[in-house]
Amino acid sequence: MVTHENGGHAHHAPTGFIQKYVFSIDHKVIGIQYLCLALFSAFLGMGLSLLMRLHLGWPAAKFAFFKGGQMTPEQYLALMTMHGTIMVFMVLTTAPQSGYGNYFLPIQIGAADMAFPVLNMLSFWTTFVSLVVMVCAFFVSGGAPIGGWTSYPPLSALGEIVGPGQGAGETLWIVGLAIFCGASLMGALNFITTLIDLRAKGMTLGRMPLTCWTWFVTAILGLLAFGVLLAACILLLLDRVAGTSFFIPGGLVVTDQVVTWHKGGSPLLWQHLFWFFGHPEVYIAILPGMGVASHLLSTFSRKPVFGYRAMVGAICGIGFLGFCVWGHHMFISGMSPYSAFAFSILTMTIGVPSAIKTFNWLGTLWGGKITFNCAMLFALGFVSLFVTGGLSGLFLAQPALDLYLHDGYFVVAHFHLIMGVAAIFGMFAGLYFWFPKMFGRFMNEGIGKVHFWLTFIGVYAVFMPMHFLGLAGNPRRYSEMTAGPFLQALQPLHQFISVAAFITIGVQLIFLFNFFWSLLAGEKTTEENPWHATTLEWSIPTPPPFDNFGGVEPVVYHGAYEFSVPGAADDYIPQHLAPELVRKSDGSTS
Amino acid sequence: MPGTVVDDVEIIDGDRGRGTPPPDGGDGDGDSPGSRRPFPKRAYFTALQLGLAAIVMFFMAMASSYIVRRGLGTDWQRTPIPPVLWFNTAVLLISSVTITVARKKLASGEREAFQSLWWVTTGLGMLFLAGQIIAWRQLAAAGMLLATNPSSSFFYVLTAAHGAHLAGGILFLFYVAFRPWRKSRISQETAAELASIYWHFMDGLWIFLLALLTLGR
Repeated sequence: MVTHENGGHAHHAPTGFIQKYVFSIDHKVIGIQYLCLALFSAFLGMGLSLLMRLHLGWPAAKFAFFKGGQMTPEQYLALMTMHGTIMVFMVLTTAPQSGYGNYFLPIQIGAADMAFPVLNMLSFWTTFVSLVVMVCAFFVSGGAPIGGWTSYPPLSALGEIVGPGQGAGETLWIVGLAIFCGASLMGALNFITTLIDLRAKGMTLGRMPLTCWTWFVTAILGLLAFGVLLAACILLLLDRVAGTSFFIPGGLVVTDQVVTWHKGGSPLLWQHLFWFFGHPEVYIAILPGMGVASHLLSTFSRKPVFGYRAMVGAICGIGFLGFCVWGHHMFISGMSPYSAFAFSILTMTIGVPSAIKTFNWLGTLWGGKITFNCAMLFALGFVSLFVTGGLSGLFLAQPALDLYLHDGYFVVAHFHLIMGVAAIFGMFAGLYFWFPKMFGRFMNEGIGKVHFWLTFIGVYAVFMPMHFLGLAGNPRRYSEMTAGPFLQALQPLHQFISVAAFITIGVQLIFLFNFFWSLLAGEKTTEENPWHATTLEWSIPTPPPFDNFGGVEPVVYHGAYEFSVPGAADDYIPQHLAPELVRKSDGSTS
Repeated sequence: MPGTVVDDVEIIDGDRGRGTPPPDGGDGDGDSPGSRRPFPKRAYFTALQLGLAAIVMFFMAMASSYIVRRGLGTDWQRTPIPPVLWFNTAVLLISSVTITVARKKLASGEREAFQSLWWVTTGLGMLFLAGQIIAWRQLAAAGMLLATNPSSSFFYVLTAAHGAHLAGGILFLFYVAFRPWRKSRISQETAAELASIYWHFMDGLWIFLLALLTLGR
């Protein structure tokens, strides 16, 4: 970027391949880089879950690709740890916020780029390095860590005596996560600054698309949460490599060995630090999906978002409450019942803004002229999954129930639906919607609908039965539980889930085909605004030029969701359209 | 947004819309698309404040851990405070004064005085870091190592974390001194102001950590 004393935010498009596509400072290229990283990570994470489901369905079966023919419990735990880590950090944190947010936040607020383009590039490449470091854990002596994505000490802090992956693999995991914290902090800082200071003329906070509101609140959550996780990672690393005892209590006996070189530490201290980050992380994953869903429901119902201000309030409320409820992940840690009560009440309070959002989504749809295209179907799917996954959260928010359910499959069902699959549906919705703007072609609707319906039915087939497994007492994080007779009876259900998972994963290949086929040979867009949407990204050429608005700063005159305005000829009023240019229904302009 | 929709019906049908400047947003200066405004200087201040907020969260996590860990177990032993820390503290406080004066000199166009004082500040920062390393060596000589007990562990971790952030501040000072500012989006005065805010913050942060390490032993 060329800069000059007190001059404009001038850009000249780079010409070299490296500057244009690799170390690019263009927010759009960086957004696509993040999406590619997330796409790779999602397929890697799904591959790991496929192996896990294979073993859970048929524990005794032997497969050539496992050493010795059968998966060991340690191998299962390593797959589980890396599946969770890669999915949470490299997919759910990366794609909705850093991917779509990077690409569309500056355009939707009328900016030429992020506030700090070089920092933006740096945050992507730091994320890439953290992924490489984490994936390296598969290839070191002992393999990947087995401590789960929450990496609870003391087992995560004691090294190789705990298990094969807890040596170099766990160290790489912690280092990778610490690097990821740095990347996320840089990204969050850039997002917030851009949104506060680079909005175009007329783009008041009350006119911002809800997508921007969710990216904004998500960035604030990231800014405040990742510093805490970084501190925790440093302390855990020191416990492992420097002999300190922040998290390791005394008198431990591990693998018949008495641990004498540590004493006095508190494993619960890690849990507090981790979950102070970890709960906001849930909203980091889901909030951008809420923004996309709100945006699309309005666009494809041809109606304004119902209760825009209430939606903004709910987004902020969810963000704030997200910092007050970390204790509900620790009900079974032996915490005081008074603390548990407080965390329980606060957790259930999140139901209020969540219900506001759901009510307003339905209110937006009510009486609308709904178009059921792929983007809209995935947005509706998001609402469905959010409600299903959210309802089980109300059960888990109660300590008395959580004591029984916490370590079982009920929780696996809950967080996969609300945090994993709902967020991924938000990503799919965004992709089908923005693909024409990003690449100048439509994704194939026919294949897309097959992809939607099979995925929608598939994820429910995978995760709904897990509620029953949990209620029946099937614990999670075990490679097999077939020894006890009461769990043997559940084995057919496990097999059903596994088959459903294989089909659902297979269906994603249809998506992958559609993505690449549409990229190369999809129907070309013939207009800048094929969806007749209102926000600024649809006012610029397709694909957007290097500096988005050609060096011109747009002026915003309207709210983000002015659909079906009485008296107007068209059923949408773009945000940038001057009032005197808005055509009235009698054919005149004012 | 239903409210806005109603407004716009009025705009379409009435005279109100003609020539009406758009409501506030950004700077709100003008009502037609035009060449892009200069990059706002305030963005740098926003970013700095956000960066400081993230640093506060990091150190609050550390400080909370310190307080929680001290209240647990029976292995906490008070770590003696090496006397050199008081000297280091004085050095850092003086550097906050010199950076403030340096900035005023730059604003009044006294470039030579600015440069001298800027270098004095940088030197004092380095002296502080050297003093912290001496404090570590004194503690180590007294048998208090990183893993000796949780109190000494926190002493090393907190001082190292602060030292790393201050080292970043020293790089910032070098950057302000050496960068060719004529080609930048902001002036050297603005950069010096940003650096001095960060520097004062590091100063305040150190006073907080020192209070924690001495009063909270």
